[in-house]
Amino acid sequence: MIPAPAFLANPERFMAFSRWAAPLLGVVAVACALVGLWLGFSAPPDYQQGETVRIMFIHVPAAIMSMFVYACLGVASLLALVYRHVLADCAAQAAAVLGTGFTLLALVTGSLWGRPMWGTWWVWDARLTSVLVLFLFYLAYLALRASIDDEAKAARAAAILALVGLINLPIVHFSVYWWNSLHQGSTMLTPGALAPVYAAPLYLMLLAYLAGFGSLWLVRIRGELWRRRAEAAALRAARA
Amino acid sequence: MAPLPDLSAGKYAAFIWPAYGLTALVFAVMIIGALNHARRWKRRAQAARGDDAR
Repeated sequence: MIPAPAFLANPERFMAFSRWAAPLLGVVAVACALVGLWLGFSAPPDYQQGETVRIMFIHVPAAIMSMFVYACLGVASLLALVYRHVLADCAAQAAAVLGTGFTLLALVTGSLWGRPMWGTWWVWDARLTSVLVLFLFYLAYLALRASIDDEAKAARAAAILALVGLINLPIVHFSVYWWNSLHQGSTMLTPGALAPVYAAPLYLMLLAYLAGFGSLWLVRIRGELWRRRAEAAALRAARA
Repeated sequence: MAPLPDLSAGKYAAFIWPAYGLTALVFAVMIIGALNHARRWKRRAQAARGDDAR
């Protein structure tokens, strides 16, 4: 049996936790982003990429978040399917909305980086295509939830779709090693691949994205819980 | 202390600034969307259930 975190098991405890955790994570995100941007724009132009290296500080964190958020969506969907827990379902729904935003950012900022460096906005290579598929999985998840009126059935169908989409995550990550690609391999996981003058702002921006996601995720889950409470109360009132 | 940021992006400005602008826009949409969603449903939950909804 998979032990769920304590706050996931109890909506009241989650509400008490998220009330202080969401703003705290928001402050951490803003502070990291400000310092990261300062360092990023203070760094010298790269000897090969010139000024376009600054796109790395927003593109790489967005690309990492697109996969990380989908992993969160997958875990929450699994918990929602197995335990039928309302908080896990709220967490999955909230993650999908935010993951769509991060994946859109990864695709568009990557395109804006690729045009001056590769000479093209888009190529149908494995990395770019698998990230596009990831984006389509997010959209399909949201569309499926919106298209079924029965909330329980929608949650179950969307959770199964999210779990199927997990197959795409290792494909996205390993695509640059499995197939020929214009896209470079993983820089952040290769020690010494990145000069400290670029690594510091990149890691700070990644921390900013992570904290920002954490904050917005908690806020969205709270909103989703309130929505369900409001609708349950309205239903009770209508039946009375 | 890092030197003052140099915001001149040279010939690549047409790629760098739209990337940063779009990032700011998407984050703004995500932040405003999340806050509005939470506030709207909190109000409705409180209206429906009294002041016990936190």
